[in-house]
Amino acid sequence: MSLTPEDVSRIALLSRIELSPAEREATREQLNGILGFIEQLQAVDTAGIEPMAHAVDVVQRLRPDVVTETDRRAEFQAVAPETEAGLYLVPKVIE
Amino acid sequence: MINSSLRKLSAALAARKISATELATLFLDRIEKLNPGLNAYITLDRAKTLAQAQAADASGKVGAQDTPLAGIPLAHKDIFCTKGWRTSCGSRMLENFVAPYDAHVVEKLAAAGMVTLGKLNMDEFAMGSSNESSYFGPVKNPWDTARVPGGSSGGSAAAIAARLAPVATGTDTGGSIRQPAALCGLTGLKPTYGVVSRYGMIAFASSLDQAGPMAKSAEDCALLLNAMAGFDPRDSTSLERPAEDYARDLEQPLAGLRIGLPKEFFGAGMDADVRAVVDAALAEYRRLGATTVEVSLPNSGLSVPAYYVIAPAEASSNLSRFDGVRYGYRAPEYGDLNDMYSKSRAQGFGAEVKRRILIGTYVLSHGYYDAYYLKAQKIRRLIAADFQRAFENCDVIMGPTSPSVAFAFGAKSADPVQMYLSDIYTISTNLAGLPGMSLPCGFGAHDMPVGLQIIGSWFGEAKMLQAAHQYQKVTDWHTRMPENLK
Repeated sequence: MSLTPEDVSRIALLSRIELSPAEREATREQLNGILGFIEQLQAVDTAGIEPMAHAVDVVQRLRPDVVTETDRRAEFQAVAPETEAGLYLVPKVIE
Repeated sequence: MINSSLRKLSAALAARKISATELATLFLDRIEKLNPGLNAYITLDRAKTLAQAQAADASGKVGAQDTPLAGIPLAHKDIFCTKGWRTSCGSRMLENFVAPYDAHVVEKLAAAGMVTLGKLNMDEFAMGSSNESSYFGPVKNPWDTARVPGGSSGGSAAAIAARLAPVATGTDTGGSIRQPAALCGLTGLKPTYGVVSRYGMIAFASSLDQAGPMAKSAEDCALLLNAMAGFDPRDSTSLERPAEDYARDLEQPLAGLRIGLPKEFFGAGMDADVRAVVDAALAEYRRLGATTVEVSLPNSGLSVPAYYVIAPAEASSNLSRFDGVRYGYRAPEYGDLNDMYSKSRAQGFGAEVKRRILIGTYVLSHGYYDAYYLKAQKIRRLIAADFQRAFENCDVIMGPTSPSVAFAFGAKSADPVQMYLSDIYTISTNLAGLPGMSLPCGFGAHDMPVGLQIIGSWFGEAKMLQAAHQYQKVTDWHTRMPENLK
């Protein structure tokens, strides 16, 4: 299958990546090239095969429910684009 | 001194023939002179490096039994968070990001007394096979500056090849240690998944990412891996295993070693010059007492397409954290919150990273998840099972690392799929979680280095390193360096 310009716009929206109309067309061609390449997977018989999500079979470790992190807010916020009074600033979301 | 092995450097430091500070200065001076032509380092901080070297000199670690690497300088791929140093991951998104903490690998190597020379260029977010996707410009191959060094750990490879660092860290998600090692004439090893902690290593595809050593020789790789490996509770996939000495079998002879040669790796697709050099290396192994046996990895041809579903899917999820809110790039102008996200990500990420996020988002989206993502995960199991069967008949697998020698800048950058196929021999080991390495085994077309790939069974690092070291004892490819940089 081949992506339409509308498909590309929808994927870009889901990805939160702005594309100009010119970029959208070039991106569409490249994505179709890649999707055409991965299409060959469809021909493989995988009936009864368990999906392999990870390279090694490990289970999540549990640890004692104790505080292990110290407060490093100031340090972490020093690398933020915009903060005020310990809060991250973003455009208004609720009127 | 610039050509010395880690053992020789260690001995020179222990005998006080040179101090850690003098050694760091020697490399920093060489970097200052040669790096502008190569673009291997993207962040240098002479004062910080020298402070670390002076601390090593004063620490008592130099010459001590349990810290054999103390005082030796190294450089980190810029994917590792290094406290107080810019950590860019080769991206505009993190152009001004100074890490507030150290990666586990960085902590461990610092605790071993090693000295950081700087941060190394790489493909943006480790996505690329040529280093052309770095926001900071491509790294040049020291053997021919019109050619790519490979990727994504191209800065690490070029730095060692030009003797701007004795050893370096790298990461490998689909071949990013092994392919640049091959293209620059080095030895590099990607350990079994879970051997080295991913904590503080900026995530690309979490089920595939693994850090490893890059060096001139297998012996150096073994010593560096000894210092990098180990359990870390902060990485949920870090394996709790007893510590290993990866150098323990280096001096064991190879008589009786069974080398599997996958017929799928020796078909069409490999350039004739690469084949000739790899065949000669295998003949050398037979002289060393090893036997070769044909094995089959029938699904290996599916590894690249399966990878380009799984890796972008994981990347699209991992890279959603770059939203212009908590750290990283924020667009200068925007409307509402969604517009801020979309513009920051559009401007902060380069073309290849955006492509992979879009592909990953698509294959995970409603209605396509089963057809693409789940399908690829099933094929991943088939690929891993192929290896399991093959290792019933052999101890290690060998073949080419890359189908060609280093290509010219621009040769593959217009067609993403062509670029993806550069990793055709390396990707399957990541999907299976196996260890893989590349070592130099001669020169092909245009007098460019060729790499021999060794794939080990799970936790077979010591055996692979033994096989590589025994070969390096009777050959000198790993000691060669570009004439004009001597």
